Amino acid sequence: MNATFHPSDEFLMAYGAGSLDESSALLLATHLALCPRCRAEVGRIEALGGAIIEDLEPSDMGADALVSVLAKLDEPPPRPQPRCPAGGPSGLPSPLRDYLPADIDALPWKRLAAGIEQAILLQGRGIRARLLRIGAGITVPEHGHGGMEMTMVLRGGFSDLGRGYARGDVAMADPQVVHSPAADGGETCLCLAVTDAPLKLTGLVGMLVNPFLDL
Amino acid sequence: MGSPLAFSFAAIDDAHVPDMMRRRLEEGRGGVPDETLDIEPELGRRRMSDLLSAVAQDGDRQAFAVLFQYYAPRLKTYMRKLGTEAAVAEELAQDAMLAVWRKAASFDPSRASAGTWIFTIARNLRIDMLRKERRPEINIDDPELVPDPAPRADEVMVTEQSERRVHAVMAGLPAEQTEVVKLSFYEDTPHAEIAARLKIPLGTVKSRLRLAMKRFRSELGDDLP
Repeated sequence: MNATFHPSDEFLMAYGAGSLDESSALLLATHLALCPRCRAEVGRIEALGGAIIEDLEPSDMGADALVSVLAKLDEPPPRPQPRCPAGGPSGLPSPLRDYLPADIDALPWKRLAAGIEQAILLQGRGIRARLLRIGAGITVPEHGHGGMEMTMVLRGGFSDLGRGYARGDVAMADPQVVHSPAADGGETCLCLAVTDAPLKLTGLVGMLVNPFLDL
Repeated sequence: MGSPLAFSFAAIDDAHVPDMMRRRLEEGRGGVPDETLDIEPELGRRRMSDLLSAVAQDGDRQAFAVLFQYYAPRLKTYMRKLGTEAAVAEELAQDAMLAVWRKAASFDPSRASAGTWIFTIARNLRIDMLRKERRPEINIDDPELVPDPAPRADEVMVTEQSERRVHAVMAGLPAEQTEVVKLSFYEDTPHAEIAARLKIPLGTVKSRLRLAMKRFRSELGDDLP
């Protein structure tokens, strides 16, 4: 099934241009694996990058640039970077799989509230990528954001603000959104979420648990 | 002039190509006079993809030298535009071309033109070397990947035709849209920086970008769901 909800044009552009941080790029690339439409979009953006390079004025290269590169052509290439844990869990698309152990239960999960847990995968430049597990039928306590939140469904589904999100769908919440997404019944909902500022739980539950959470 | 791919063999002679290689390059010209040879942009682009395929299939060093002479100086400018100092930009441009040589086998002319593929190599190399981050990318052999709809009849042809049109569509965009599109490629953070630089609201940057992307979608074809 193809995704219905996609990352915004700016995020697709920033991914194609290469300016996104690694956490956001991980979510974008994982979405691309599940979404031919956005793959085509990024393909066009990369074609734009190729055209922009070709339109640039050439800079002077060092006098021996070509000779020195030609001399390196026969050198053995540097050994490829070791991928994080080898293998990765089945049922999840690459590149996300490359960031995960074979059994995701082995991740350092932290309980956030009844039926809701998270595991931080990556952080940098103030931006975090995490896996979220929300038990079937569980509603996440109402919360807002200091910034942007992008959530992509990997398994199961959830509904939020009148929309239903299934595998591959990306929900974009901007800083103004206060919401309380609910996992569909039937199976645990697994999501990849990227935030650029701490979440703020707003309701009564939030007042109680905010100080203890590493959001 | 003005055509980005008007390609000059004289430029190769000017540069420091070893004598033996230069002779072989000249032999390859097939009776073309010695003076500057400007190839039509389309042919130039086609030729670049053929050269890259020759590097991939035959380890063709002459073909690589031609690609180097054309792309390395432009990749250096690209790195400079991203705020990299000259010496580092030179090194990144050279390393990117070395990566082009090493990864040539993964170039697929049905998916991208030479220029597009070389752009992605340079983009990823910069993220790796300067930002010290990994670049998450799809793996087209991943069994979990949702495949494209049925492939089109002649994908190489389609790729060439649509990529040829990229230059034309770019040239036809309103200047304010071209500006934000280009800056998107020259900034290392998403679009707030561009808004600050142009002293316009972030919403304006986003709306210009969306208009430009809509134009590209309609002009370059979007036969995907």
